[in-house]
Amino acid sequence: MNKELLKKSQSLLALFALCLVITLLSDKFMTTTNLWNVLRQISVNVCISVGMTLVVLMAGIDLSVGSVLAFSSAVCAGLLKSGLEFQSFDLFVGFTVLGGVLVALLVGLLMGLFNGFVITKFSIPPFVATLAMLTIARGATMLYTKGIPISNLGSSFEFIGSGWLLGIPLPVWISLIVVLVMVFVTKKTTFGRYIYAIGGNEKAAFLSGINVNRVKLWVYGLAGTMAAIGGVLVTSRLNSAQPNAGVSYELDSIAAVVIGGTSLSGGVGTVTGTVIGAAIIGVLNNGLVLLDVSPFWQQVVKGGVILLAVIIDRKSKGSK
Amino acid sequence: MLEAKNISKSFPGVKALQNVNFTFYAGKVNAILGENGAGKSTLLKVLTGVYQDYEGDILLDGEKVTFESVKAAQLAGVGIIHQELNLIPSLSIAENIFLGNEVKNTFGVLNDMEMESRSAELLQQVNLNISPNTKVESLKVGEQQLVEIAKALLIETHVLLMDEPTSALTDKEIDRLHGIIAKLKAEGKAIVYISHKMDELFRIADTYTVLRDGQTVGAGEMSETTEANLISLMVGREVQIPPKSQGKAAGEVSLKVENLNLPHPTIKNRNLLDDINLELRKGEILGIFGLMGAGRTELLESIFGLNSRNLQGETLINGEQVKISSPQVAKNHGLAFLTEDRKSEGLVLGMDLSANIGLTTLKNGTLLQAGKEAETAKKYINELSIKTPSESQLAVNLSGGNQQKVVLAKWLDTFPEILMLDEPTRGIDINAKSEIYDLIAKLAESGKSILLVSSEIPEILALSDRILVMAEGKITAEFKAGEVTEEILLKKAI
Repeated sequence: MNKELLKKSQSLLALFALCLVITLLSDKFMTTTNLWNVLRQISVNVCISVGMTLVVLMAGIDLSVGSVLAFSSAVCAGLLKSGLEFQSFDLFVGFTVLGGVLVALLVGLLMGLFNGFVITKFSIPPFVATLAMLTIARGATMLYTKGIPISNLGSSFEFIGSGWLLGIPLPVWISLIVVLVMVFVTKKTTFGRYIYAIGGNEKAAFLSGINVNRVKLWVYGLAGTMAAIGGVLVTSRLNSAQPNAGVSYELDSIAAVVIGGTSLSGGVGTVTGTVIGAAIIGVLNNGLVLLDVSPFWQQVVKGGVILLAVIIDRKSKGSK
Repeated sequence: MLEAKNISKSFPGVKALQNVNFTFYAGKVNAILGENGAGKSTLLKVLTGVYQDYEGDILLDGEKVTFESVKAAQLAGVGIIHQELNLIPSLSIAENIFLGNEVKNTFGVLNDMEMESRSAELLQQVNLNISPNTKVESLKVGEQQLVEIAKALLIETHVLLMDEPTSALTDKEIDRLHGIIAKLKAEGKAIVYISHKMDELFRIADTYTVLRDGQTVGAGEMSETTEANLISLMVGREVQIPPKSQGKAAGEVSLKVENLNLPHPTIKNRNLLDDINLELRKGEILGIFGLMGAGRTELLESIFGLNSRNLQGETLINGEQVKISSPQVAKNHGLAFLTEDRKSEGLVLGMDLSANIGLTTLKNGTLLQAGKEAETAKKYINELSIKTPSESQLAVNLSGGNQQKVVLAKWLDTFPEILMLDEPTRGIDINAKSEIYDLIAKLAESGKSILLVSSEIPEILALSDRILVMAEGKITAEFKAGEVTEEILLKKAI
């Protein structure tokens, strides 16, 4: 228990140290506008990464989140913009903001469930199954949007990504709720316990009478859903669905998970750790922009930080 | 000559070794004896440079040495052959022998010719007439063992540590191995030999060192000791498990299996289980004896629903025909299955004790009840006398016997009617063993049906009311308690 606390405070400390360094180097960092900005940017990655955490805890991986985000974003925007038309029945269904968002989440859920289905039914490694989905969902997005952004989705939809509630940006509220719900699910429900058990020893979990496949199915489903939540946030923020939205987001979210101390071999890690991991990446991104570092160098630095985080994590685990 | 002076090594909460002293002589076979958990493996890891943070001194030919790594120990001439084989099946013999010590030319390109010819020489030294190009996966276990030895001989080895080298070998292979050991001994190497098998030690060992609870409790010449003496040193007391003289009258039939057949997954016209019929009654302990590969584990797994896709035959529980398609269904029918390998199949090692016990009884889609879970764990810690600081101890930190009790607790908490125990005391020390025997007997007394699989004959004889013998997927004999001897059981199993 103590060790876990120590580890968490370690990454928190790293986050504070990072903030401190950036504050010293740039006076633009510690301004309310900038901090809210950072939080709002982080919120998308937080949503995706929390879903990724569940998958990685189970010793899986989901490479498709970026594409699932894009497709659900496109579907959401398409429905809001032009509704559904069934020409042969001469029927037109328009969508309210809520309706569009719910369908987007449903699309994410279904794509995630499909991942889970392929992985459990055909015993295909998650890496391969979700790699296939990465391509499929991206292709589907291109087909649906014909490669052209779908824009001008109405101000009430735009409010989700840009609005404020009680002085806090709405996306921050949304990601906060996602985090709280998933902390609860992982720590306080049997479903969460199953996730840790499967990641820790899948065979023992199976022989204990746990329906391993069903748990996996739903975890991938949840990961897809949370990618879709990220999709809605991105779309609403830009008031536009971009066909190439979410490209390489899976990498940012895996990075957040790993920096947050979750083991890629499963069974060990926390949702809150991932949030800190996402915050570290977000602050770093923001800091590098504020400091006018070239985008090319930004990538190099980010990669270095990921490496460093994992090395420190390994060290602290090895020296028991 | 390898000498140890006052070696101590602790892990959090455990003193694995305390002031261990010994001297291993060149040109002799030096035996190390001790129960599981006596500290043998830890000692080997200290001697081969796996653990560097120990206290005390290791002297090699009178000079103090410290090994910073496994490689350093190898270079100093201390080689080891592990209990589990450490070869890479998909690589050839030569590639395995030279793994980590590859011969390269000036451009860094592998010199396969050289490695193959030297491998061939080494193989000859261990009397193995196989081409060094052969893939290791196609070798028998005994041959792989010899390859391990050849690998150890590659670097000039003065001290060769062997950790239970014969545990997976046939008698013929053991003879062959002993021949090689005699040869190495004659070459002046110090052989350190860890084994449980007394007859074997008396055949080949010259000196002995007995470890108990991490301490050296005795050492001397093999020729001046007796088996009884060594055993009493190992356990600290005379232990005997008397065979059960008579089975008790059992109740109604709780589990019945009819015409169970399980086809071999790859070989046609061969069955892993061949027309198995058995009846298990309430309050009865039914022992199933058989050698490795006789189909014992497959039988238990099949009853538990793990092979439901290919399984033919019928299962009846309390007279009603049931279709058990998965562990969940089995659990709901009151079945419990203590698997053979508690580490890979029984426990989630990184989880604490109460979470492990809770795994079988969690209800889908509900909230965890931490308080209740801890309470349940405490109850079993108490009832099964599990030795642990608390219920929130990680399973990985428990000793083998206590881990096994946790697996047992996990299943007892489902309140099963039928318990299937696959090698319930494998690899655990004698004290924990006798505690588990008591538990099994008590469970049967309380009316549970118990299917006990074991490859230890004394265990089968001590516990079973009735004994079935399996060989090659068939049941070859049935005995009542008290009417069979060790010899007959073994004969029926071969």
